[in-house]
Amino acid sequence: MPDRPAIWNFLLGRLSLSSLPLDNMIVVWTFVAVALGGGAVLAAITYHRKWGYLWNEWFTSVDHKRLGVMYMVLGTVMLLRGFADALMMRSQQAMAFGSNMGYLPPHHYDQIFTAHGAIMIFFVAMPYIAGFMNFVMPLQIGARDVAFPFLNNFSFWLTVSGVVLFMTSLFIGDFSHAGWLGMPPVSELRQSPGPGVDYYIWGLQLSGLGTLLTGINFVVTVIKMRAPGMTLMKMPMFSWTTLCTSGLIVVTFPILTATLFLLSLDRYIGTHFFTIGAGGNVMMYVNLIWVWGHPEVYILILPMFGLYSEIVPTFSGKRLFGYSSMVYATASIMLLSYLVWLHHFFTMGSGADVNSFFALTTMMISIPTGVKIFNWLFTMYRGRVRFTVPMLWTMGFLFTFTIGGMTGVMLAVAPADFLLHNSLFLVAHFHNVIIGGVVFGVFAGINYWFPKAFGFRLDEFWGKLSFWFWQVGFWVAFGPLYVLGLMGVTRRLSHFTDTSLQIWFIIAACGGLLILLGILAFVMQIYVSIRRRDELAVGNDPWGGRSLEWSTSSPPPPYNFAFIPLVHERDAWTDMKKHGYQRPLEGFNAIHMPKNTGAGVVLAGLGTVFGFAMVWYIWWLAALSFVALIAVAIVHTFDYDRDTHLSAQQVGEFEHTGNWEPKAQGATA
Amino acid sequence: MNTIAVDTVHSAPREFLCREEAHPQTGTLLGFWLYLMSDCFIFAALFACNAVLGTSYAGGPTARDVFDLPGLAVNTALLLVSSVTFGFAMLEMARQRKRAMLGWLAISGLLAVCFVGLEIHEFVTMIADGAGPGRSAFLSSFFTLVGTHGLHVTVGIVWLVVLMLQLGKYGLTEANRRRLLCLSMFWHFLDLVWVGVFSYVYLVGVLR
Repeated sequence: MPDRPAIWNFLLGRLSLSSLPLDNMIVVWTFVAVALGGGAVLAAITYHRKWGYLWNEWFTSVDHKRLGVMYMVLGTVMLLRGFADALMMRSQQAMAFGSNMGYLPPHHYDQIFTAHGAIMIFFVAMPYIAGFMNFVMPLQIGARDVAFPFLNNFSFWLTVSGVVLFMTSLFIGDFSHAGWLGMPPVSELRQSPGPGVDYYIWGLQLSGLGTLLTGINFVVTVIKMRAPGMTLMKMPMFSWTTLCTSGLIVVTFPILTATLFLLSLDRYIGTHFFTIGAGGNVMMYVNLIWVWGHPEVYILILPMFGLYSEIVPTFSGKRLFGYSSMVYATASIMLLSYLVWLHHFFTMGSGADVNSFFALTTMMISIPTGVKIFNWLFTMYRGRVRFTVPMLWTMGFLFTFTIGGMTGVMLAVAPADFLLHNSLFLVAHFHNVIIGGVVFGVFAGINYWFPKAFGFRLDEFWGKLSFWFWQVGFWVAFGPLYVLGLMGVTRRLSHFTDTSLQIWFIIAACGGLLILLGILAFVMQIYVSIRRRDELAVGNDPWGGRSLEWSTSSPPPPYNFAFIPLVHERDAWTDMKKHGYQRPLEGFNAIHMPKNTGAGVVLAGLGTVFGFAMVWYIWWLAALSFVALIAVAIVHTFDYDRDTHLSAQQVGEFEHTGNWEPKAQGATA
Repeated sequence: MNTIAVDTVHSAPREFLCREEAHPQTGTLLGFWLYLMSDCFIFAALFACNAVLGTSYAGGPTARDVFDLPGLAVNTALLLVSSVTFGFAMLEMARQRKRAMLGWLAISGLLAVCFVGLEIHEFVTMIADGAGPGRSAFLSSFFTLVGTHGLHVTVGIVWLVVLMLQLGKYGLTEANRRRLLCLSMFWHFLDLVWVGVFSYVYLVGVLR
């Protein structure tokens, strides 16, 4: 506690003026930039009187499509933040050799790699996959919305709560320096007395709860709300992967919650779960966190596998090769992902028998994954492949991800892992699969479904430019890390003595710059496309799609389908087109819809205040916000009137004004 | 493309739309089941900690020193009986007898309050005897697992009170019946977890 009158310590906890990192000019200038940029955005919204629109149409919306779009925006904003961290690390490592210490002191560097990892996984990749699942899955299964629309809104705002706490740590106090998984004993109170680890814990607890609710919500949606006739084996692959990913979320995120809870007990009330001494066991934490952590990477990649399985058949003009094997491969990856966690620490020394078990299960995962790769290749084989932007990203994925998967099998060999553990080889490997698999998938998906969400396509030129910068930049950035890792360079170093290694880090930094150009090209692509939206306007089915989302207008009406589809075959929309389906223009029914509600924003806002108060030991505020949280939740349960309905006439208006007919030629050329 | 010929044979028009608005299925009970299963994993993690750390006494008191088995018997009886009385409440709900149902719910709630009270008493006594959660990893895992269960029971009591108010005010509507079904599952789930706690943490604890 700071040395000052007791009343201040009561009111502010351990928060004081010295908590502001005014001595760190990088942070100060970042703050100035964020304040100016953020201020400009807020001023623009105020000037254009858009607050009411944003609140009524977006923030309080329980519409899965709107929430999906908001998740995508959140992921993109945080991608910029996480990538700024990456550039700082690349430039530090490129210059900090010999007598040059670089520009980042070790304590700051440690926070940057921690923030980079945690943000990229929790607040870039997770919002992106939640965004895709939200937007696409209900449309694909022919549903009006998800099973629990209010919970869906609440989940989104809990994710935002986590983001707010993470971003606050940049300017008030500092962030964790214990790595993206917060490994003890570094994350214990004795080694990290500051607020950094607490920011990390509460940010992840809030967003983790949101993710868990999303998982439950989507499992129920897929199980209960599929259109009549759509048996599980007629369901589009993306919806299948959504189901498997959501199932994984339900069985793994509670373990993250429990693990972080135990760590916070160690830090707040002095228990001895993971401490050195008093019987604590550090490896208990490592085991628990990876029991969550390994399935987590499959939570990220499975929806992407589903997304590629939609894109490849569409642009090959063929149905997906080996649909059933794809389903079984997805399900076996889901099960196996739970049995491999120990391969992250073969070096724990659990013996040859245990290590062999986990090495074998790890290698076994490559079998269903290989099945998938071959299925995509065979779908393309003898198809009429159209090399659109989504297809380019997919082919880049096939190439890049396969190599990443093979280095993964190398790491799965336990004796080899004793040499490669915590080396830059590992860093190169997981970037190879996460960038090559998840990030490429995100851009493929954005280019593929953007026309559905907004009614116009994204510009091809800037899209292709973005792809090539990313693809080339990735290899230039991470190829050198493979080399360095094989030479024995360990990860997370802010300074090197052996100057002969410097050239590799300089090459890697150049790769980082190429990726920067890729990101800028993507931003430019969005900007240019919005400017040219009339030229790029599309109808309901710009790509010649195969699943039900392409059967409704672009953007879809709030209720998705005026009539719930009746499904006969896989690729339901292809089936409809083949049989000369004509959409009805009259005879509409009134449709029940859930009402928008601000309860999610309020609850998550109170959660953010609670997290902040806990970080800074402001106990009165923590108690107050906690009580308020419970009270608002209880009051919300007294609201039984949560439905409204659209009249048949309103439905008819939507159906007649939506984007149906193709307005621009060339999309399917 | 030899499938084209086959397709044209079945040229009978297919119906691709449901012309009537179907009544949507509610997924609340399935969703609540999934929540309970996810909660199971929280308890699984805490049980795993107890299994690993349960003998890490760090020179402090052992399970045999601190556990009061007769008190545990009373506590367990209270919770298990409250599950039975909750079952009676559900039977009354099925018979549409609101007053009897509220009565059984109140009895269940009171039993749970006694359970939590006894548990708090146990905790306070242990801490006063120098066997608090900070003493050793064994005691950390004990307090956390048993305390997390107790916290769940407390949440259940608050939920019960709120729901009794709503049942009193709005009656046995469809929404309220669904909520009561969820609470009933929650209640029995906590009993089940408690069976694990007393048999593994307490009984196995004093044996090892």
